[in-house]
Amino acid sequence: MAKKLATRTKNVKPQPGSAYFMADSDQSIEQHTMAVMVINEPGVLARVTGLFSGRGYNIESLTVASVTHDNSMSLITIVTSGTPMVIEQIRNQLERLVPVDSVKDLTQEGPHVERELAMVKVVTKAKSPERAEVLRCADIFGAKVVDTTTRSFVFAMTGNTDKVESFIDLMRELGRIEVARSGVVAIARGA
Amino acid sequence: MASLKRMNGAEIVIQALIDQGVEVVFGYPGGAVLPIYDAIFQQSSVRHVLVRHEQGAVHMAEGYARSTGKVGVVLVTSGPGATNAVTGLTDALMDSIPIVCLTGQVPTHLIGNDAFQECDTTGITRPCTKHNYLVKEPKDLARTIHEAFFVARKGRPGPVVVDLPKDIQFADCPYVTPESVKPATYRPATRGKTQAIDKAVDLLSNAKKPIFYGGGGIINAGPAACKKFSDFVRATGYPCTLTLMGLGAFPASDKQFLGMLGMHGTYEANMAMHGCDVMIAVGSRFDDRITGRLDAFAPDAKIIHIDIDPSSINKNVAVDIPIIGNVGHVLGQLAVTWDKKKNRKRNSKELKAWWKQIEDWRSRDCLAYKKDGEIIKPQYALERLQSLTEKRDTFITTEVGQHQMWAAQFLKFDKPNHWMTSGGLGTMGYGFPAALGVQTGHPGKLVIDIAGEASFMMNMQEISTAVQHHLPVKVFILNNEYLGMVRQWQELLHGGRYSESYAAALPDFVKLAESFGAVGLRANKTSEVDDVINEMVEVDNVVIADIVVDPTENVYPMIPSGSPHNEMLLGPAAKGKGSGKVTEKGKVLV
Repeated sequence: MAKKLATRTKNVKPQPGSAYFMADSDQSIEQHTMAVMVINEPGVLARVTGLFSGRGYNIESLTVASVTHDNSMSLITIVTSGTPMVIEQIRNQLERLVPVDSVKDLTQEGPHVERELAMVKVVTKAKSPERAEVLRCADIFGAKVVDTTTRSFVFAMTGNTDKVESFIDLMRELGRIEVARSGVVAIARGA
Repeated sequence: MASLKRMNGAEIVIQALIDQGVEVVFGYPGGAVLPIYDAIFQQSSVRHVLVRHEQGAVHMAEGYARSTGKVGVVLVTSGPGATNAVTGLTDALMDSIPIVCLTGQVPTHLIGNDAFQECDTTGITRPCTKHNYLVKEPKDLARTIHEAFFVARKGRPGPVVVDLPKDIQFADCPYVTPESVKPATYRPATRGKTQAIDKAVDLLSNAKKPIFYGGGGIINAGPAACKKFSDFVRATGYPCTLTLMGLGAFPASDKQFLGMLGMHGTYEANMAMHGCDVMIAVGSRFDDRITGRLDAFAPDAKIIHIDIDPSSINKNVAVDIPIIGNVGHVLGQLAVTWDKKKNRKRNSKELKAWWKQIEDWRSRDCLAYKKDGEIIKPQYALERLQSLTEKRDTFITTEVGQHQMWAAQFLKFDKPNHWMTSGGLGTMGYGFPAALGVQTGHPGKLVIDIAGEASFMMNMQEISTAVQHHLPVKVFILNNEYLGMVRQWQELLHGGRYSESYAAALPDFVKLAESFGAVGLRANKTSEVDDVINEMVEVDNVVIADIVVDPTENVYPMIPSGSPHNEMLLGPAAKGKGSGKVTEKGKVLV
C-alpha cells in the first residue's frame, strides 16, 4: 500500500513554508470502509467521532449497532476518505483507543460487500399517471412498498451507495420526495 | 477475585492506591471528594501534598512521574477542580507521562442536572487523556482504578481520568486486587518483528552517513532501556542526537553526542540529520519542531523508526523500516543481531569522512555568544550553573520559552530522568510545580527550575505549597522582563513591533519569596552570579533567584520558519554565517 510517499522529494520547489509545515500533498484521495469492533459502553461512539473531528478526518458515513449475542460488543462501520498516509493514521489512531478491540480496513483487506438501506417517500398527485411510473421504476430497483396512501408511497430498498443514489435521483423526478438512509454497513466476502 | 472485606468507596480508593504502590497524591479538596479526604485523614500509607491550584497538582504529578518512573497521582474535586486540571492533563498526554487523575463528581442521580460544581468531566477530558472512566456502579470502582493504572503505564504512557460520583464514594463496595484486572481490548505490542530487526541491522551496517535520533520514548522505557540505547550507539560508533524530550537518554559528555536537534538544536545535529543516508529514530515522533520543512527533511535518508505507538509511524514522515515495540526490547534485539554480524564489511572510509564532516560542523561553535561586560547573558548564567552544580545529582525542570531552549543547550545531562520540561504542549507555568513533584520523589536532592519571570508567574502560587511541605526547590529566574520568545519572534518576523510582550509591573522577586517564608536572591552583574548560585544551592529552603539578564538576547542557532535543516540562522558570535532567513510567507503560521 503506502510505499514511498511523496512528502520527501529531492527536488524541493519553492513554496510557502512555515515552522508549522503547510501540507501541499499531491497524493490522491482514497475512500475506505472500516469495520471497528468496540466494547459496547457509554461514550465509546463519542471517542470515535471525537477522534475524527479532533484530528480533522472525514466521515462520509457511520453506522453502529450491537453485534454479539451478549450485547457486549458493537460494530461501527465508517466510510472515510483521505490520502493513503491519512488512512493509515486513521486506522492506527482508532486501534489506540482503549475500548477498540479491532479495526479492519475492508477496502484494503480484499473483497467485501457493502449495503445501505434507504426509505424513500414519494408524494404525487392522487390518481396521476406518475403513480404507475413510480411503481414500475421501484420494481426495477427491487424496492419494496412498505406504506401507501392515495397520494404517496414509502419504498424500502437496499443496495450499495451508487444504487441507492440512482434510485433517489429517479424518484426525485417523479414526485416530491423525503429520504431516510441508514449509512453503509459492510462485511468481508468469503469464509 | 473479590475479597471478603467490604469497605466504602472512599476506603476502596485509598486501598487501591496503596496496592498500586502509590506513595504520594497531589491534590486539592472540595465538596465532591470529601469522603476520600476523610479516608486520607484516617491512614498514613499515602502522603498527600496540598497544592494551591489544580493545574499545579497535575504538573507536580508529571514531575514526580518523569523523575521516578512511577505513575503520578492527582486528586481533585468536581467542576472547577476538574477543569483546572485540563491543561496539566493535556501536557501529560502530549509528553506521554503516566498520570492517574481522580476527580470528584456530583452524585449519580444529579449527573446531567447542572448541579452545583458539576461539569461533564469525561466529556471535557476525553480528547486530553489517553482514556477516562466514569464510575457509575459501586461494584466497578476497584476494578476501574486498577485498570486506570494499567492503561496509564502500559504501552505509550499517558494520563487517565477516573471520575468518582460522591454517592459511589459513600457506597458499600466489594474490593478486588490489582492482579485480577486487565482491560480486555488494550494490548500494545512490546517486541519488534524479527524480519524488520534483520533488515534494520543490514541497513545500519551498510550506512555511510548514519545518525541516531533519539526521543522521549527512550526515557519512558526506563533507565535500562537508556543504557541499552547508549550501549548500542557506542557499539556502532555512529553519531547521536536527541530531542528536547530525549535529553539524558545518551550521555551529553560522550564524544558521539551532537547535542539536541530541531528548531533551536545545534548546527552539527541538524546538518547531520539533513545529510545522513541512514537515520534510526528511536522513541521519537518527527514533531514539527524537529523536522522543520517536511518536504526538505533528510532528503537522502533511509529511515528506521522504532516506536511503541503504531500511530507515530508514517504520521509526518514516511519511513522505510518501521519497528513497533518497546524501545528497550527492540534495542536488545538489535544489539544481539548486530553482534552476530560483527565481522561484516563496513564502510570505514566513508564513516571516517562522515565524522570529519561532523567535526567541521561542530567547529562552527554554534552556541557561542557575545559577552558584554557586567551585563549578565542568560547563557553565561546557565554555564555557571552547570559548572557549579555538576558534581551533584541535580534535577532540572524548566518553564517554556527562551530560557527553556538555553537550558537544553547549555546544561549537560548524562543520566535519564533528570530533565523535566514541557515539550509537546509548551506549557508556561509547568516547571515550578514539576520541580515540587521531583523534589517530593527525591528528598535531599538538588532540584532547580530554570524559569523565565513570565512563566514563573503563571504558577507562582505554589511557593506556598513548597514552603508548607518543605520542598526546598530552587527557582532560577532568567529575568529579561519580556516574554522573551515572543519578543524574539516579533523582532525577527514582525518588524520589531513588540506587541504586548513587555511585562511591566513585575514583582520584586526577593520580597515575594520572603513574604512566603522562602529565600530571595538577586544577581544584577556577572560578578554576582557565582555567589548567588552557591548560596542558592547551599540554603536548605525554597529559593527564588532573580537573575537579571540582558533583555534583548536571542536564542541561536535557529531554523527559521519555512526552512529545512541545512538553512540555519547562526548567532552573531558563531564562526561563519548561517544561510537561513525568514521567508515572507513563513511568517504566517509561526
